Amino acid sequence: MTIELLIGAIKAIVIVVLVLGLTTMMLWFERKGSALIQDRIGANRADIFGIGKRLGLPNFGFINTVLADPIKMFTKEDFVPDGADRALHALAPFLALFPVIITFAVAPMGDILRIGRYNIDLQPANLNVAALYVLATIGIGVYGIALGGWASNNRWAMLGAIRASAQMISYEIAMGLAIIAVVVTYGTLDLQAMCRIQGGVWFGWLPRWGILLQPVSFVMLLIAGMAESKRVPFDLPEGESELVAGYFTEYSGGKQAVFMMTDFAEVLLVAVLITTFFFGGWQVPWLYRDGFHFPGGAHLLMPNLIVALLEFVAFWVKVVIFSCFQILIRWTLPRLRYDQLMRLGWKGLVPLGLINLVVTAFVVVVAGGK
Amino acid sequence: MTPISYFMALSAILFAIGVAGVMIRRNVIVMFLSIELMLNAVNLAFVALGRRMGSMDGQVIVFFVITVAAAEAAVGLALIVAVFRNRETVNADELNLLRW
Amino acid sequence: MPPLVFAFLAALAIIASLGVILQRNPVHCVLSFALALTDIGVLFMGLGAVTVGFLQIVVYVGAIMVLFLFVIWLLNTQADALKPRGNLGIKFAGAIGAAVLAAELFVTFSSYPRMREIRTMPPDFGSIASVARMLFSDYLVAFEVTSLLLLASIVGAIALARTTTGAASPALPVTGGGDAPAGAPGASIASGAPARESA
Repeated sequence: MTIELLIGAIKAIVIVVLVLGLTTMMLWFERKGSALIQDRIGANRADIFGIGKRLGLPNFGFINTVLADPIKMFTKEDFVPDGADRALHALAPFLALFPVIITFAVAPMGDILRIGRYNIDLQPANLNVAALYVLATIGIGVYGIALGGWASNNRWAMLGAIRASAQMISYEIAMGLAIIAVVVTYGTLDLQAMCRIQGGVWFGWLPRWGILLQPVSFVMLLIAGMAESKRVPFDLPEGESELVAGYFTEYSGGKQAVFMMTDFAEVLLVAVLITTFFFGGWQVPWLYRDGFHFPGGAHLLMPNLIVALLEFVAFWVKVVIFSCFQILIRWTLPRLRYDQLMRLGWKGLVPLGLINLVVTAFVVVVAGGK
Repeated sequence: MTPISYFMALSAILFAIGVAGVMIRRNVIVMFLSIELMLNAVNLAFVALGRRMGSMDGQVIVFFVITVAAAEAAVGLALIVAVFRNRETVNADELNLLRW
Repeated sequence: MPPLVFAFLAALAIIASLGVILQRNPVHCVLSFALALTDIGVLFMGLGAVTVGFLQIVVYVGAIMVLFLFVIWLLNTQADALKPRGNLGIKFAGAIGAAVLAAELFVTFSSYPRMREIRTMPPDFGSIASVARMLFSDYLVAFEVTSLLLLASIVGAIALARTTTGAASPALPVTGGGDAPAGAPGASIASGAPARESA
């Protein structure tokens, strides 16, 4: 019993550390990547006692992003504006971050790892209604944003908060419809089971990934996910040129750092969802539980530890790829106006999602459960 | 494990708190919240008794109660907004045009 | 569910509910209620109703409480502290009456022989498949009527809460919101919010 608890605790710690670490890496990729796209250099000054410069290495801005900026953010003065609700002002950032981090508890990081006589399922929490849990926690994420704007006693922050919450609850519907279509296709709500179903091949060589079954849902989930996390091209609530910083105008120091972390953690979350539903999760093409079975007929048998490690790494590589993809989209597309945004959500994605769902259900019933 | 009567007792207490809320508070929105609290107390009783009887009926009825509560919340809040536009108040004591 | 967990959840639910009816600021009341709803959702999951528990969190906490928050902001309701005290007699009588009701129900339910849980539940008790199976067989008529009810409530809410004169104040640069969400306050945030702010 205690061993089970210990294994669970280790899985939870691993995924929280990975998520927080990857958030920082995504922040670095955003700074340097955007600099590359915009034909400038980006941050490259901070150094520890000039070690890098003395060794002749070019400065990639690691120290800047990973060490200097967090120290700066957490040691800044933390003020609460006059007339604001102190309790809610302090609560809002954490109410925004908490649902995003706990959603990672159902991220399927890998297949079964056998250590001794324990079969460790590499998923921190094995819920059989995991997709519903994801929808629930994404719904709770609205509160932090809405309260952050309201508790600031600032008209513009309030406006940003109203826009942000209206946008989030509108695109939750599109996201829900995309997820439902995926659930109907796989016939299960369990994320780990979905990854397992995506093993195997068609025609002897094509991996059975979900993208080939549900391309429309993939596009919908990508768009709705980016709108949920209020990234450009949907970042009018943050409106850097209009509303100063929208709902987190009156936040400084550690609380603003938490809001920023929420942004990147949601990018990772959307990447995890896309990977799990459409790209096989931890599945490596042609890798089965006992080793590689290539379509040509070649086999490469491998011990369980190597297989589990390969699948674990494959999952996080895919997540990083999709996070970088979202960051690239951010620095490429212009911002959508608010009424265009709402029109896309309600008049574009919702009917598309409903039609997709009906067609999917029809195909599943006629084909007798593929 | 906990006996079901404990869940029923909790449901009773929450229901009574909802009733007290409707009587004590004069802000129409908080009164509406207390009504929703009463609905949830009854939901808890349904699920607890469904578990006791070993049938799924309790949960399905709760499904419908949640849906109806959502519909009723939308219409009720629309009513409150419409009343506020005309009377500039959400205090139930001041909405007394029909009183003798 | 283990008694200690139940005791904690029950205490939290009661404290949150008392917070709903006793706090001054309506926004605090809504947040307290969201906490109470999440607590009740967890109690559902503890009783084996996993689907209904998550549905409670998705629908109630994630949507209905956000709707309440929107309406409170739209009406820009002040805290009740500045209002006159109101009829203290009714409040006192109401509190006593509620306490009597609580005691009566409590005694009634506790006097049953202690209902023990039936330990052996079928493995898919409370799963989404079994809920769906009942919805589409025994409760099919109710299911279809509920969808009509939701349609009626959407139409009703929009009809009740929209502004017919189209008054829009230039105070705040809020875009017209070509297609507002189909909830009550969304249809009139543009006209409602600036009117309140400048009042």
